[in-house]
Amino acid sequence: MVEINTILATDCGSTTTKAILIEKKDGEYRLVVRGEAPTTVEAPFDDVTVGVVNAVREVEELAGRRILDETGRIIVPTASEGVGVDMYLSTSSAGGGLQMTVAGVVRAMSAESAERAALGAGAIIIDVIAVDDGRKDFEKVRRIRDLRPDMILVSGGTDGGTVKHLVELSEMLLSADPKPRLGVGLRLPVIYAGNKDARQPVTEILGDRVDLRIVDNLRPTLDRENLGPAREAIHELFLQHVMQQAPGYAKLSDWVSSGIMSTPNAVGQIIQTVAQQMKINVLAADIGGATTDVFSVFGGVYNRTVSANLGMSYSICNVLAEAGISNISRWIPFEVDEAALRNSLRNKMVRPTTIPQTIRELRIEQAVSREALRLAFEHHKTLARSLKGVQSQRTIGEIMEQMETGHTLVDMLSLDMIVGSGGVLSHAPRRAEAAYMMLDAYQPEGVTMLAVDSIFMMPQLGVLSTILPEAASQVFERDCLIKLGSVIAPVGKAREGEPACTLVIRGETITVPYGEVKLIPMEEGESHEAIVRPSRKLDLGAGKGTELVTQVEGGVVGLVIDCRGRPLELPNDARARMSRLRDWYAAFGLEVE
Amino acid sequence: MGGAYTPGLRVCPGTIVRKERKLPLRGQVVVSVGDSVNSDTVVARTEIPGVIQTLKIAEMLGLEPAEAVAAMTVKQGDKVEAGQVVARSKSFFGLFTSECKAPYTGTVELVSRATGHLGIRMPSRPVEVDAYIDGVVTDVLDDEGVVVETYGALIQGIFGVGGERSGRLCVAVDSPGDVLTEDLLTEKHGQHVVVGGSGVTLGALRKAASLGIKGIVVGAVVDVDLIEYLGHDIGVAITGQEDIVTTVILTEGFGRLQMANRTFRLLKSLDGHKVSINGATQIRAGVIRPEIIAPLEFVEHTDEDTGVSSLEVGTDIRVIRDPYFGALGKVTKLPPELVEIESGAIVRVLEAKLEDGREVTVPRANVEIIEG
Repeated sequence: MVEINTILATDCGSTTTKAILIEKKDGEYRLVVRGEAPTTVEAPFDDVTVGVVNAVREVEELAGRRILDETGRIIVPTASEGVGVDMYLSTSSAGGGLQMTVAGVVRAMSAESAERAALGAGAIIIDVIAVDDGRKDFEKVRRIRDLRPDMILVSGGTDGGTVKHLVELSEMLLSADPKPRLGVGLRLPVIYAGNKDARQPVTEILGDRVDLRIVDNLRPTLDRENLGPAREAIHELFLQHVMQQAPGYAKLSDWVSSGIMSTPNAVGQIIQTVAQQMKINVLAADIGGATTDVFSVFGGVYNRTVSANLGMSYSICNVLAEAGISNISRWIPFEVDEAALRNSLRNKMVRPTTIPQTIRELRIEQAVSREALRLAFEHHKTLARSLKGVQSQRTIGEIMEQMETGHTLVDMLSLDMIVGSGGVLSHAPRRAEAAYMMLDAYQPEGVTMLAVDSIFMMPQLGVLSTILPEAASQVFERDCLIKLGSVIAPVGKAREGEPACTLVIRGETITVPYGEVKLIPMEEGESHEAIVRPSRKLDLGAGKGTELVTQVEGGVVGLVIDCRGRPLELPNDARARMSRLRDWYAAFGLEVE
Repeated sequence: MGGAYTPGLRVCPGTIVRKERKLPLRGQVVVSVGDSVNSDTVVARTEIPGVIQTLKIAEMLGLEPAEAVAAMTVKQGDKVEAGQVVARSKSFFGLFTSECKAPYTGTVELVSRATGHLGIRMPSRPVEVDAYIDGVVTDVLDDEGVVVETYGALIQGIFGVGGERSGRLCVAVDSPGDVLTEDLLTEKHGQHVVVGGSGVTLGALRKAASLGIKGIVVGAVVDVDLIEYLGHDIGVAITGQEDIVTTVILTEGFGRLQMANRTFRLLKSLDGHKVSINGATQIRAGVIRPEIIAPLEFVEHTDEDTGVSSLEVGTDIRVIRDPYFGALGKVTKLPPELVEIESGAIVRVLEAKLEDGREVTVPRANVEIIEG
């Protein structure tokens, strides 16, 4: 293989196209510059490559390197010293991303597995159809017809199990005669990943009407998921079908050195790579204007969810609708008129590219972000769970806790790192603000590292990790991931003001009272052993009142000791609540308004 | 991003407006290039195939799937009438006969040996697309629709609810700062598109619907009033499908905001003209803004501008975010370097002189260009 020294990677988002240039210097891959430009999939341009070229032009100017030829095409491979790049890669979520409907026989089993397969492949799920979803057949038919997804994934039945229900599902699809979202007159791609015994009848019913692909059953037995083949088929169809229909993508596909990857799929790739290489449990969130994606790897199991209507601009009013005004207001450290707040959120929705000019406006947006992150995380917890319907041997502890099959895999005490990404976190004016938002939204327990994606380049690194994992990891660690610092947060409740946690670190003993947050300066790269003693009612993972010896790391914010209790409860009285919030803002060294 | 500002909405007294009118599925175009059309002229039609209704014959007759198929008296492709027997079985040495009848008219499209089901596709439903604006057909998109073109005034709003309507425009307030209240609406406004100023009350919205008013165009509306009028919350800004009598178009936003003077002046000059309006808004992948189109006598050919205007010293702008929300002004300086603003963010800014004389610095992302 030719040595790769210069890599250009773009991510075509729904509003902005971001380009990064990576170069190998002294044997190490590093980010050189970043450029961006508005995405151009809409009129009057209708061509995604216009935005790509604009973003790359900014990279050219900043890096002093010629990358585009006279016709505006990216020069690959490098033509001569300082001209062109060795590799060009791209991800995309423009034009609404990959929109899918999934179908299964049982909602909590095959349909849920299908949902996980599609989400893991970077799709936005627009509906989940199941034989037992409580809707009448005609309602499902109407829904399938109205939604016009990019593709449909059909699953159900273990191998050797039900055929009848799959035939019924196929008949339902035939009845709806669905049309794809893009490309008038084209046949809708349908992936069948159900009981292998039903392949023939399903093909007989649907073969002539849709673009049918058959892959291995994604739930071959009750206790096993096999999501790989379905995910690969989704990715392949995304490239062949959806990308070819989207404006300018045929041209972009021709430019790239490897297939265009959907943005969330790429982010998932890098998160999995990091979890694997560092042997840790990771939670990552990407909060955008329209959607919030949540990724997790617990015990090596990867899950991704997308909350399609939770975001900071286009979807800000849906956060308002789902969370309610009182849940948003509870994070605001000053009095605000409810009607004015509602109107200002609506105005952000209709003018989504505006930014907070004053601290007061910033605090309001950050209050909304806490709720968007929280709601998306709640959604993630419901889907990232063990397989339902599986008979497993349970321990006495599990029986005592009445832990059911299908419990969430998200275990906050075993979580090692939370990575935040997206404008409101990556571009928060002060890094402490990002740490504080994540602390409130996720309420980490025990000892957890908080980090942010410096300039949102996880998508580009994700697609790079599939080809040059070493380069992706090097850039991720050195230029992308910004460690904010470890958080120590005991679980449980105690009396306000009484000592909650005592920490012995660097030969110093620090006691933090219950209800308070303390920030201890500790530089990035610093790592120390700490002896942490929670009070008798509180737990850090070793048991109530049990001492924990752990390694803690510093970061650009420092070491955070959060003794506000878990779950975090805010005073009901507005004045008392605002007073507490002001104390906590002060603990982080942040102004209130 | 060098041009990190929001391109403004169009408020144009005379321009060429082109509208693509497309069917949801392939169909038949019924007009030709050069035809003059009115807003309600049908330009294309198609038939949307009916859904298949499944008759579970095996379950209904208590038979195995293969037996159920044998009992069917119709086959794939047959047309059936409502009430027609589609399956018949005999039991107890042929003494008892059980029958299944088609509950609706349609065509047999599915006979399933695996389930013993019979699928009848119901008749197609006709769908028509009208011209939406008065104008001339300039292009025919094969089997899909047409392009209708007209010369006229075009005003884009910031947000709207309700779909396409047309009617005569009637300005019901004296100034762009006036709120459109219930008492300002009378029987004479029925079937009209009524223009208000800085807002509209909930009472006026309800009265407008009861009077059959086609549309209301105002600067702003209080969020809870609009939700009350619609009967549901608006989560995501994708609108246009609401089942409401009166389409509502906002030119400025939410709350009480004076309609921009030039918008108000233009609407006032169109008083009595026929307009076509659409409240459909989509502020996400494929931005769609609500619009008011008033076909006019052709004056001089002003081709529709497809480029994006740039921000320069002297450009008229409107601030679209607090603390100067709604203020109008002129750009006085465009510093090239990044500047730290009060929130602590480091962004591109501009300096502007507002109409009230204040000289302010605002992020470029927080202004829109007032285009014409």
